Amino acid sequence: MSDVTVPYTRKSLTEAPGGTVGDFIALMKPRVMSLVVFTALVGLVVAPGDLHPALAVIALICIAVGAGASGALNMWYDADIDVRMARTAGRPIPRGSVTPEEAFSFGMVLSIGSVVTLGVLVNWVAGALLALTIAFYIVIYTMWLKRSTPQNIVIGGAAGAFPPMIGWAAVTGGVSIESILMFAIIFMWTPPHFWALALFRTGDYERAGVPMLPVVAGEKETRRQIVIYSALLVPLGVVPAVIGLGGAAYGIIATVLGAIFLGLALSLWRAEEEAKRIEIAKRLFAFSILYLFGLFAVLLVERLAAGFMS
Amino acid sequence: MAEHDDQEAKRRQRMRSIAIGLALAGLVLLFYVATLVRLGGNVLNRPL
Repeated sequence: MSDVTVPYTRKSLTEAPGGTVGDFIALMKPRVMSLVVFTALVGLVVAPGDLHPALAVIALICIAVGAGASGALNMWYDADIDVRMARTAGRPIPRGSVTPEEAFSFGMVLSIGSVVTLGVLVNWVAGALLALTIAFYIVIYTMWLKRSTPQNIVIGGAAGAFPPMIGWAAVTGGVSIESILMFAIIFMWTPPHFWALALFRTGDYERAGVPMLPVVAGEKETRRQIVIYSALLVPLGVVPAVIGLGGAAYGIIATVLGAIFLGLALSLWRAEEEAKRIEIAKRLFAFSILYLFGLFAVLLVERLAAGFMS
Repeated sequence: MAEHDDQEAKRRQRMRSIAIGLALAGLVLLFYVATLVRLGGNVLNRPL
């Protein structure tokens, strides 16, 4: 955040009205938070063992607040580039509703609070994983990789992949092959998801000076990399059915959704015309969300159904 | 205009204060519930 230029920095209470409660909620990126909570919930439910429902709810609240804290710290650090991108120019700091200092304090209080609460009330393995997630997202991704390498989201994607592991650890108190597999699925899913977005938002990233793959290596290379990561992701998405984490329904749905995912990635690779490419990239971006949501939803439903039947 | 801004600033500050108050009350409830759940029946076990 070396050269943050935001519309104003509020010096006194009366100089500007300050942020509303809604502005502070917006700092927590509620939409990202909802996907984090959902994948963490799946990790909690599919994990073997018993966790009192009240403690499960507390774990989910802590994970949600930790994710929100990461969002606020990310907006604090990225205020200078957010102001230059159409997608992010309306965020509370570029808009001038919240000062960077307020966002930083807000993010730090929530980060420490969520980690300590999760550690004390649930267990310290889950607490440590939440701390690692926040630190990874802010220090490794936001401060370091995002502005320095086109592979930013490949490694940075790990931050978004931790929540089901935290949910799993909240129940079991540890890490296992199943939770690492859920991590790996989200990790492999992140590059094609964000590169599809970057393909139709290239101008934004270029203006902000963020070295996203289409800006640095060109859209053709981006489409090639999307196919490679999709080809790795799709079989990985089926593995939970092989190791018994998911059942037959999971296996079938993961195969069908995976085939559509790969089909879209291949048609994006083959699309010659620019308008067509943008249209397919938008479809792939939207479908990628459905894909990940679908896989985790089936895992959840299968486990809940098995619970009702036994 | 300045008076209007001042009023708006105070209104927003009041709303933020209420939100912080609710969040702290929620945190107290969270620790209270977790204590009961973790201690279970032992919560009443207080030998003199």
